[in-house]
Amino acid sequence: MNVVPIHQEILESSKEDTKPAKLQMVKTKAEVTKSTQILPIAQSGFTWGEKSKEIMRQLIPPVIGLLLLLAVWSLIAAQAQGLPGPISTFKAAVVLFSDPFYINGPNDQGIGWNIVSSLQRVALGFGLAAMVGIPLGFMIGRFEFLNRMTAPIISLLRPVSPLAWLPIGLLVFKAANPAAIWVIFISAIWPMIINTAVGVSKVPQDYMNVAKVLNLNEWKILTKILIPSTLPYVLTGVRLSIGVAWLVIVAAEMLTGGVGIGFWVWDEWNNLVVEHIIIAIFVVGIVGLLLEQFLIAIAKRFSYE
Amino acid sequence: MEQNKEKTMTASTKEKVAAKPLGKPLDRYVFIENVDMEFRSKKGVFKALENINLNIQQGEFVSIIGHSGCGKSTVLNLIAGLTQPTKGNLFCAGREIARPGPDRAVVFQNHSLLPWLTCFENVYLAVERVFGSETKVNLDVRTHAALDLVGLSHAAEKRPNEISGGMKQRVGIARALAMEPKVLLLDEPFGALDALTRANLQDELAKIIEKSGCTAVMVTHDVDEAVLLSDRIVMMTNGPSATIGEILTVDIPKPRNRLQLAEDKHYNHLRSEVLRFLYERHAKKAA
Repeated sequence: MNVVPIHQEILESSKEDTKPAKLQMVKTKAEVTKSTQILPIAQSGFTWGEKSKEIMRQLIPPVIGLLLLLAVWSLIAAQAQGLPGPISTFKAAVVLFSDPFYINGPNDQGIGWNIVSSLQRVALGFGLAAMVGIPLGFMIGRFEFLNRMTAPIISLLRPVSPLAWLPIGLLVFKAANPAAIWVIFISAIWPMIINTAVGVSKVPQDYMNVAKVLNLNEWKILTKILIPSTLPYVLTGVRLSIGVAWLVIVAAEMLTGGVGIGFWVWDEWNNLVVEHIIIAIFVVGIVGLLLEQFLIAIAKRFSYE
Repeated sequence: MEQNKEKTMTASTKEKVAAKPLGKPLDRYVFIENVDMEFRSKKGVFKALENINLNIQQGEFVSIIGHSGCGKSTVLNLIAGLTQPTKGNLFCAGREIARPGPDRAVVFQNHSLLPWLTCFENVYLAVERVFGSETKVNLDVRTHAALDLVGLSHAAEKRPNEISGGMKQRVGIARALAMEPKVLLLDEPFGALDALTRANLQDELAKIIEKSGCTAVMVTHDVDEAVLLSDRIVMMTNGPSATIGEILTVDIPKPRNRLQLAEDKHYNHLRSEVLRFLYERHAKKAA
């Protein structure tokens, strides 16, 4: 409150003399430094409290959820016969993950190898599906004739349960591994085709008008307009597809055998090591989660808005 | 001015007008003849435009004004070649308009810049298409010149979502002008902007058009904008079956000064003419 009248005085006097003007400069500088000194401290203190609060708010609900899951699990395990609880499962997991990469013959390998071979199948089947599905989706979205031509085929084949394709794969490829990859391929391809096609058809008319007015050729339309504009949709399709692929691999491997997380679950069921089955469930869940997060990170990287 | 117009003429148009005295602006540069436009929808056939006839001279600035839904944007799309008329013919520089082409550049209402490209790349896309046979350096120079023309050299490397609405629209104008079009088509170019930005851009546009001497057709619903910028104002009746009601000639010499005109009797008379057409003779009932 005091500063204001002093200021005015100085301002008035500064018109007559240069010396007070200097004084005024000093004054205001002091003021500025004062305020800048106070503000950051207050601000940083404020944001720190806010930050930790925000972290707590983000963390508490999922932690409660997980604890609840463990509680329910222990309760059921205490009642049901043969179902191991969280503690015995954790102990088994420690043993299991202490040596994840051992090989005792073709049907007895460490958990690490099982995960790796499952991921390999998924990568191959999914990769092939992406290579076919995304370009196909682009063409279906771009050309109405192709869209109408393929619409009945897609609606007919898409709802088919993935495992129904396994016998066909076994028949054609005469081996278990390519058949499993085939099942991944055929179940992962639909979300990519459909999402890409929808993305292409959702390209804003404004952009297409720009393309028309500029008389862009099909290649420029594809690279400068269709692909960038469709990318978010494609990535959604990719995300859905990889989810499906990872879902299907467990079931497919149960039937085809060999090395893989799905076959491992079946093997442990035959050995009646229930702890390992539960561990497998967690492993499948966590790997699926990581795949999803990885793709979300990629999608964020490519969003332009 | 006249020399500029000469430069914008292509060889083919020069041949066609060889009999005419040089230096005189071409008549029927954009020519719309007995055009009807119908749209088919689920409800049936909707006749948007009926019997549109318009003769635009080379170098002329024509505004099309009317209430929303009167089909003024449809007229522009027809000239752009984005849609084809149900009946009648359209010509540009003596050639029938069959499809969109870079000789008729469009400035879209919502700027329509590609959000994944920088301002430079957005303009470059157009430059490359029209002057693709030139060297890369030349194309760069053209692109920078176009951005410079609208005063946006500093924002060349920015993406559309990093600049303001007015700047986006200026990039849109730069993209259109960089193509050195015969005709510049503007579809409510400043409709989405605030009044102050709009006024600034109108003045800039007037200067740029003056400099380039290109023919311009602008769709607008802003009476002041129409009177300020146009040589003629085409006033359209309400749809369906909209047509040209009246054409008003704005005989105020250019360049025009916004502030001086505000006091000008003749300007205000013309302005009230348009207002009277829109709100007395062809008032639109509130929806």
